[in-house]
Amino acid sequence: MTDEVLLSARGLTKTFGDFVAVDGIDVEVRRGEAFGFLGPNGAGKSSTMRMVGCVSPVTSGELTILGLDPAVDGPRIRARLGVCPQKDILDEDLSVEENLWVYGRFFGLTRAEVRRRAEDLLEFAQLTERRGDRVEPLSGGMKRRLTIARSLMNDPEVLLLDEPTTGLDPQARHVLWDRLFRLKREGVTLIITTHYMDEAEQLCDRLVVMDHGRIVAEGSPRALIETHSTREVVELRFAVDEQERHLDALDGVGERVEVLPDRLLVYADDGDAALAELGGRGVHPLSSLVRRSTLEDVFLTLTGRTLVD
Amino acid sequence: MTVTATPSLGLARFVLLRNVTAFRRAWILLLSGLVEPVFYLFSIGVGLGALIRTVTTDSGAVVPYAEFVAPALLAVSAMNGAVADSVYNFYFKLKHAKVYDAMLATPVSPRDVAVGEVSWSLLRGALYSSMFLAVAWVAGLVHSWWSLLAVPAATLVGLAFGAVGMYAATFMRTWQHVDYVNLVVQPLFLFSATFFPLSTYPDALQWLVRATPLYHGVALERALVLGEVSWGLLWHAGYLVVLGVVGVLGTSRRIGALLLT
Ligand SMILES: Nc1ncnc2c1ncn2[C@@H]1O[C@H](COP(=O)(O)OP(=O)(O)OP(=O)(O)O)[C@@H](O)[C@H]1O
Ligand SMILES: [Mg+2]
Repeated sequence: MTDEVLLSARGLTKTFGDFVAVDGIDVEVRRGEAFGFLGPNGAGKSSTMRMVGCVSPVTSGELTILGLDPAVDGPRIRARLGVCPQKDILDEDLSVEENLWVYGRFFGLTRAEVRRRAEDLLEFAQLTERRGDRVEPLSGGMKRRLTIARSLMNDPEVLLLDEPTTGLDPQARHVLWDRLFRLKREGVTLIITTHYMDEAEQLCDRLVVMDHGRIVAEGSPRALIETHSTREVVELRFAVDEQERHLDALDGVGERVEVLPDRLLVYADDGDAALAELGGRGVHPLSSLVRRSTLEDVFLTLTGRTLVD
Repeated sequence: MTVTATPSLGLARFVLLRNVTAFRRAWILLLSGLVEPVFYLFSIGVGLGALIRTVTTDSGAVVPYAEFVAPALLAVSAMNGAVADSVYNFYFKLKHAKVYDAMLATPVSPRDVAVGEVSWSLLRGALYSSMFLAVAWVAGLVHSWWSLLAVPAATLVGLAFGAVGMYAATFMRTWQHVDYVNLVVQPLFLFSATFFPLSTYPDALQWLVRATPLYHGVALERALVLGEVSWGLLWHAGYLVVLGVVGVLGTSRRIGALLLT
């Protein structure tokens, strides 16, 4: 990571009619950083990504990418970005490899160059055997992999990935993560949105949590957990309708209790101690689990809602 | 590595390339655009021509009916090819296949898309009109060397209808709207002095016909194929070019408004 600020947003706002999708956010991303946007459905992640990708005009506020203004230098910025949108928009009139070739040509690359790059990316997307096939019958995960491969055709300096691993099986997810780590080592800046906590914790140096178009917290995954949650969490499951009855008994155990429809979460730095304390009070859940705090808990604390419904 | 790309127009040729690539496997589809006018040529030109025999053109020459109708059908085939491509294919790519959403994430601009797509219409138009002209020539309906200019003239017809068709398609919201296109194309086909000279219409109607685009295409093609060339033809060509430019500019503006939200 360098000190060069690659993306800077100040009071960045996006409205659709009366509806405010992105509500004056401030973000700064440095070259070589892996930066994440985390948030529930409708938080404004994709709206932000589209503005950064220069395919959605800024309603108000300032946005600078690679030192350039998207309103003026859209094409010049886009030439240096790799974009994997949330929805796969592949060209169904073209074969798998043609999708890569044609897309590469849009960046002004030569025929020889796009063919060379496509070889490597087909391999990466594990689609070499399907290279001549039409795109339409590919499985959802394969289409996702092709979209990601396509976003790398122009050898981008900045990679925008909007929920890249949605629909990928665990093996494909790890292949992607490996590639992203490698790209990061090569100095590529990663900007990622995700619903997956493990993904954010694995990939992101720094992230912001968004809710209702605003940024509600910002920091490294570790710092966010330290600031907004306890070290450990005890998850308690009770029989249906029994949960309410036990709430009083939990008073004073741990730092905080969170009530979810199907379980209770007790936030405590020492989960085992908290569990033992509960046993002493005669609380015997159907099942219990002590785990470390995750970004999911950070999100729950900040917004009172779970991230993945 | 930094890729530098010219921000405008330079990339339109890759939009065209995308279509060439997509149609490489579906070239049979391309032929369909030729079949219809050839059928008309033989049913109306040759069939009706057996009854009518000759017709006096607006410039006063007396020519066999089939020779009179053939150039008009050339203009019609250019129109139909351009409309089919620009309205149906373009609408599908814009609204359903989302082909342009992906393009606009690259340095390609809405203007590149519009220019690239209209160029594709022109290319198809040129292909159809060359084949049609060849058929008409083999059938002995073409004599003047000026006829060679009928192909570039047909691309002007393709430009005008392709560009305006695309512009119209950007306003359509359902396939039903797309079907309304026939309500425009069909009367143009029948009443643009296609099957009889302009002079057979009453005066008031003549002015109406003169205002419509296919008439200019028909007049241009007929003059070239029959060898009745004059400076006045530039007026027809100019009309078609202006329509094309307006269509391309309008289309690129609309693509931006629809997709860059
Ligand atoms: N083109 C649009 N027109 C109108 N409203 C829009 C448009 N795009 C997004 N929105 C609205 O803006 C809000 C934020 O949407 P956005 O897609 O940015 O959320 P997100 O954080 O990406 O959610 P998800 O996790 O579901 O992808 C939503 O309420 C959505 O309905
Ligand atoms: Mg989204």
